[in-house]
Amino acid sequence: MMSLRQFGLLLCALLLGTWLGAARAQDVLPVPPLSARVVDQTATLTPAQVQALEAKLAAFEAQAGPQIVVLMVATTQPEDIAAFSQRVGDAWKIGRRDLGDGLLIVVAKTDRRVNIQTAKALEGAVPDLAARQIIDSALRPAFRADDYAGGLNAAIDQLMARIKGENLPAPQQRQRPQGSPFGGLQPLELLIFAFVALPVVAGVARRIFGRGLGSMASSGATGVLAWLVTSSLLVAGVGAAVGLLFGLFAGASNVLRSGRRGNPWGGALGGAIGGGLGGGFGGGGWGGGSGGGGFSSGGGGDFGGGGASGDW
Amino acid sequence: MNITRRTAAWCAGLATALALSGCGYNQFQTLDEQVKASWSEVLNQYQRRADLIPNIVATVKGEANFEQETLTKVIEARAKATSIQVTPETLNNPEAFAKFQQAQGELTGALSRLMVVAEQYPNLKANAGFQDLRVQLEGTENRVTVARNRYIKTVADYNVLSRQFPTNLTAMVFGYSVKPSFTVANEAQISLPPSVNFDKAPAAPAIAPARPPAPAPAASR
Repeated sequence: MMSLRQFGLLLCALLLGTWLGAARAQDVLPVPPLSARVVDQTATLTPAQVQALEAKLAAFEAQAGPQIVVLMVATTQPEDIAAFSQRVGDAWKIGRRDLGDGLLIVVAKTDRRVNIQTAKALEGAVPDLAARQIIDSALRPAFRADDYAGGLNAAIDQLMARIKGENLPAPQQRQRPQGSPFGGLQPLELLIFAFVALPVVAGVARRIFGRGLGSMASSGATGVLAWLVTSSLLVAGVGAAVGLLFGLFAGASNVLRSGRRGNPWGGALGGAIGGGLGGGFGGGGWGGGSGGGGFSSGGGGDFGGGGASGDW
Repeated sequence: MNITRRTAAWCAGLATALALSGCGYNQFQTLDEQVKASWSEVLNQYQRRADLIPNIVATVKGEANFEQETLTKVIEARAKATSIQVTPETLNNPEAFAKFQQAQGELTGALSRLMVVAEQYPNLKANAGFQDLRVQLEGTENRVTVARNRYIKTVADYNVLSRQFPTNLTAMVFGYSVKPSFTVANEAQISLPPSVNFDKAPAAPAIAPARPPAPAPAASR
């Protein structure tokens, strides 16, 4: 157990670390990449044991939602395990994006220390005391007997039982673009854009910038709007580019055809179609990427220092 | 549309764009709110600690002939820390901030000393309730550290914005001054290498809590 004196030092060390910045940051153990649910850098677990734990955690995530990750390192020196786990949690951000329900088990094998770090969303399900009890009852005796897989297995069982009692929302099926060919853009929203917002924008832009530039500006704005709605950078790029092309084309044809005040609807519609197409395309690509197999962090876990550490 | 009107329109458009993005007014609003939020989190965690202390004190009091001085110091430090009125205005008042920080720092010191002293009482060490409180205090101190760290980072962002050109002009116009951040009270002390003295073994708790030897998790209990 970490004594309060070590705590005082840890606190001071963290503050000092903030000051010294990069010079100190090189000394501490870098955060390993999040490659799997069980990251064993000490080669303690056999591949079969890793597989079994992985399958268990994957099944739990699919069934209940929360992400649990096990990290085994040799040592966290010169840092305390709580500080190291905090950094890992901050970097990995495991837990669903909207809920942030992540949990991290860090084992420092040669330090003989273990830490259960809970994201804020799970601080209620696994309070510090419960984490401590799990360390004392499941991890410590097994680790003392060199049964690392068994200890982790038992601890994960207890954690799962606790988290299940929390009644978190069930995981959603990952099929974002389904139903709408426009990805994040709903057809209705697209229509509102095309017939209400864009003529206004186009009209204003036309007044200010004149004919050709106005079309370009309004079409460019379409791309930006598409980005705001779908909130994807890919959509932004594609939407803006296609929107600009369409707008330029529509503006040019207007100038050629009428010669006097061009019709703002032409440029606006062109931009809207361009933006919509870009949105649909980009959104589809994005959804497909996240739907693929393999493990990645949900990115919502906010680790606020909750959890407990212990030794064996 | 004649040329002058168009030029004026251009200028107006440019000025609006610059006003919205260039001067960083909105960025100030965002960061100001973030600083306030992270400050609230710091207070939140300090409050959690303050709420925990009466339980610890009550448990320790149950131990006959416990070192009274240590206990009194914790009680006094808690009373002092919780008596300081903290408002959002504290953030814009470096003296009040320093006072708050000092009071909380004293409480940290008194508490860690209490926990070190408690180690010497076998009854307390065997007391499950006290061990639970210890775990809770440990978690709370971790949370305080995280909250303070996040506050420091947010304030750094804010301060950079309020000092950099051209946003410092906005800061000047609207009076967004640099906000205070956490520091350690005994900077000189913790910069010194730890002095380890094995001559007087039983005097261990007499060492100031901020000056233990480097943490050696492998060797700790």
